[in-house]
Amino acid sequence: MVIPPLRRKVLRDLRRLWAQVLAIALVLAAGVATLILGNGAYASLNETRARYYEDNRFADIFADVTRAPRALLAEIEAIDGVLDAEARIVKLGLLDLPGTVEPASVLFVSLPGGDGAGLNRLYLRQGRLPDPQSAQEIVVSEGFATALRLGPGDRLPVLMNGQRRDLKITGVALSPEFIYALGPGQIMPDPRRFGVVWATRASLEAAFDLDGAFSNVVLKLAPGTNPDRVIETLDRLAARYGGTGASGRKDQISHAFLDAELKQLSAMVKVLPPIFLAVAAMLVNMTLSRLIALEREQIGLLKAIGYSARAVAQHYVEFVLLIAVAGILIGFAAGAWLGAGLAQMYARFFSFPYLVFTRDPQLYGVAALITLAAAVGGALYAVRSVLRLPPAVAMAPPAPAAYRRRMGGLRRLLRLRQTGVMVARHLMRWPFRTASSTLGVAMSVAILVASLWTFGSINRMIEITFFRTERHDAQIFFGAPAPLAAIFAAAHLPGVMMVEPFRQVSVRISHRALSKKLAITGRPEHPRLSRVLDLDLRPMPMPEAGLVLSEALADALRVRPGDLVTVEALEGRRPTVMLPVSGLSVGYVGLGAAMEIGALNRMMREGAMVSGVSLKIDPSATTAFFAAAKTAPKTELVNVTALMLDRFRQTMAENITIMITVYVVLAGIIAMGVVYNFSRIALSEQGRELASLRVLGFTTAEVSGVLFGELATVVLLAQPLGWLIGYGIGLAMVAAFSSDLFRVPYVVGREVFATASLVVCAAALISAIAIRGRINHLDMIEVLKTRE
Amino acid sequence: MPAPNDSVFRATGLTKVYRNGALEVQALRGIDFHARRGEFIVILGPSGSGKSTFLNIVGGLDRASGGEVWFEDHQLTGLNEAQLTQYRRDHVGFVFQFYNLVPSLTARENVQLVTEIARHPMQADHALALVGLSDRANHFPAQLSGGEQQRVAIARAIAKNPEVLLCDEPTGALDSATGIKVLEALTEVNRTVGATTLVITHNAAIRDIADRVIRFADGRIVEESGNAAKRQPSEVAW
Repeated sequence: MVIPPLRRKVLRDLRRLWAQVLAIALVLAAGVATLILGNGAYASLNETRARYYEDNRFADIFADVTRAPRALLAEIEAIDGVLDAEARIVKLGLLDLPGTVEPASVLFVSLPGGDGAGLNRLYLRQGRLPDPQSAQEIVVSEGFATALRLGPGDRLPVLMNGQRRDLKITGVALSPEFIYALGPGQIMPDPRRFGVVWATRASLEAAFDLDGAFSNVVLKLAPGTNPDRVIETLDRLAARYGGTGASGRKDQISHAFLDAELKQLSAMVKVLPPIFLAVAAMLVNMTLSRLIALEREQIGLLKAIGYSARAVAQHYVEFVLLIAVAGILIGFAAGAWLGAGLAQMYARFFSFPYLVFTRDPQLYGVAALITLAAAVGGALYAVRSVLRLPPAVAMAPPAPAAYRRRMGGLRRLLRLRQTGVMVARHLMRWPFRTASSTLGVAMSVAILVASLWTFGSINRMIEITFFRTERHDAQIFFGAPAPLAAIFAAAHLPGVMMVEPFRQVSVRISHRALSKKLAITGRPEHPRLSRVLDLDLRPMPMPEAGLVLSEALADALRVRPGDLVTVEALEGRRPTVMLPVSGLSVGYVGLGAAMEIGALNRMMREGAMVSGVSLKIDPSATTAFFAAAKTAPKTELVNVTALMLDRFRQTMAENITIMITVYVVLAGIIAMGVVYNFSRIALSEQGRELASLRVLGFTTAEVSGVLFGELATVVLLAQPLGWLIGYGIGLAMVAAFSSDLFRVPYVVGREVFATASLVVCAAALISAIAIRGRINHLDMIEVLKTRE
Repeated sequence: MPAPNDSVFRATGLTKVYRNGALEVQALRGIDFHARRGEFIVILGPSGSGKSTFLNIVGGLDRASGGEVWFEDHQLTGLNEAQLTQYRRDHVGFVFQFYNLVPSLTARENVQLVTEIARHPMQADHALALVGLSDRANHFPAQLSGGEQQRVAIARAIAKNPEVLLCDEPTGALDSATGIKVLEALTEVNRTVGATTLVITHNAAIRDIADRVIRFADGRIVEESGNAAKRQPSEVAW
């Protein structure tokens, strides 16, 4: 096969310029990889969830009641649009494993109806379902079983409704209801401290005194049904039985966390790939412009001997296409590899029975097309100018670059030497290149700023949540509101040094057309263990009348202090009152509203009741405390602050380390790609001048200084710009990630900017060192003998 | 072998071999040479006769393969890269056929490029005045004619008050009238600054302005003659 000469030239050019070509290909690859990773992970997660929901008949509506007769189910099933309904028993219990000191809770859920009819059906991983006749047999959730090394045949001692029971595990299963298995009052899934236990309805009815009754109902709707209308009817039906308000899927914890993850992925896909592709297009343009300038006479010659402008253009486009293809192939590989890594991360967080991998050829095709378009776009812009030139003009050397003096003041100010003037004038001579390179480097700074801030943000969340707001060592939640005397019982538990009661009431708070379902927490007027902080982080006293809303809730309801909101209690006598908003508080997890405990009890017309206590515990007596607390008659749940904090830190540390590594690599690729290409081009343009300086007696260090001066200027100018852009991206991320589930404090400390700049400067330095050898070996004699 | 007092350059048995793969090119085949302080020497010879190689070696741009070159009491053939750079910086002024000005600097700034790093520089404007370009000091190279650019190059070369001024085909790219102006600048500088001046040229007409003429052929000095009747550049023509 005979390779046409122009094509042979393409291959030789690629080999000659391999380092620049590789730098560009890597930036393109980063764009392709993030595109594939983001879209692929999104599709994967979305489709897995959809299929899992479908296969296991995940419900659409969820509602808790205190105790409803089974007869109510028929009425619920009759609601227009309800396809199927299942009455369940869902109750919290405590784990009583010998050898485990710290408390852990289990959620008992009655097994879905048999014969494929039930909702939220289990995906059995091991063993078998319990015998319908057995009161002992249970199935446990997989994460919990794995964390505690339990399996079929093992016993599980628990406290149900205060009674010790020894249950027998027959199987291990997953459920679409607990893909993200968050325990009550927890902020991170912790499979050692929370598990789901499925048992037969009969056994749970007996254990929780719910004969012929249910405590939870889930509904499946006919396609196209408006869930809000069904929820309204259901709430009306359930109100008599202590219904605390039904919620749709979007408020179901597991589903909502998956939604939040999907939202983050789609935000990533919108931000990262465009940055990489734009920078790559700029690099292609920059590099090809220089190549074409160097080959100007060859282009004139080619045209003179009869090659069409089109053929010449095609030659350069082929050059760029090959770079793009290299980038795309590396990107495919990296994207697939990172995708597998992300899937593993998901497997740790989310309990799926399987993960639908989308190796959608269309996605790869689209990624490749977008990338080719970016590269060719950058190339065409560069080729255009030369193609217009008539051959005779093209063959003559280009007119010398015209420089202008326009920096008198600046020059005096900076006390520039002549080499400094060279740097400044060269940068200003090519304003577009200087600006786009600066922007390119700024983007790598921005990517880092926009990812590194999460460290500080998480520390701020920890600091505020665990050290300034929730300053207790543990909290005990009672199964039902108890008289005030319960706090004296708690005070007598071993090791308890301080007790502070709280009352929680499920309510719906509305303002105009907006409403949110949440729990109001009543606290003493001057709480010490579970505090509320104002926006300046000062502890707030609980108002005698009125509500303190978390900032997130106030935003969601669009209220300001002084506004009146309607509070509809969803338990007890279900009073509805109007209350003024008396202040706003900080809070990052969930929606929060706080009142003085006496005022809340007056509102409920129930006398002095408490839902639980916050405790300060003598560190030397924790073991005794845990043992006593879980067997105390009213205890439904014990949360230990230190354990929550540990789990939070550990999970965050794992994820953030992975995430930061990926972002640092991506930013490094951009920074090195831009700086390396920029310096190679600057060197190519000024090689002759730099060699002349060597002849004049400038040392290699001084000559390198001229080129590095340009680089340093670009890199330095890029820093504040990158900080600014990164800050903006971070701000948009915070807005995109904020949900009713959590909100992230946006704290960007100086160390974030400093670290981002350090990483980028290090990448720039590596590129500079790679160029240094070329400067040291400038051929002084050759350059003097030839005309440019 | 230190040189006598008035000797600036002294070369003995200088050889240079270029190796390009298996191919060996003998550029210099044993040059013996000396130059006195303030001398104006014209070096003639056909292309490839070794004259540029010789100039590059005495100018510290290239290294000899054998023999010795002394500049005053420095043995150039024994210096390392950094010492050669220092030698060029402190003692040598270069003028080349293609000027090699920095296009982003004005005439004055091109001269200042050197005065900023020299030990005993003259004023940049004084150097430009010496070559008759005071009124073009603020022009960029692209705004100057070839002859003007070459005179800026000369001003830049002499602004450090160099002991030696080495010129490789300084008029090679210029027409005769412009070339004469450049030569006038060179002789003027040679007289006022007292720099030993070596001028390589193809142009035999220039020999008349020299104190001494050396002819290279095939890597050797084949002829050396004094010039008793030294003429002014304006009196020569080509």
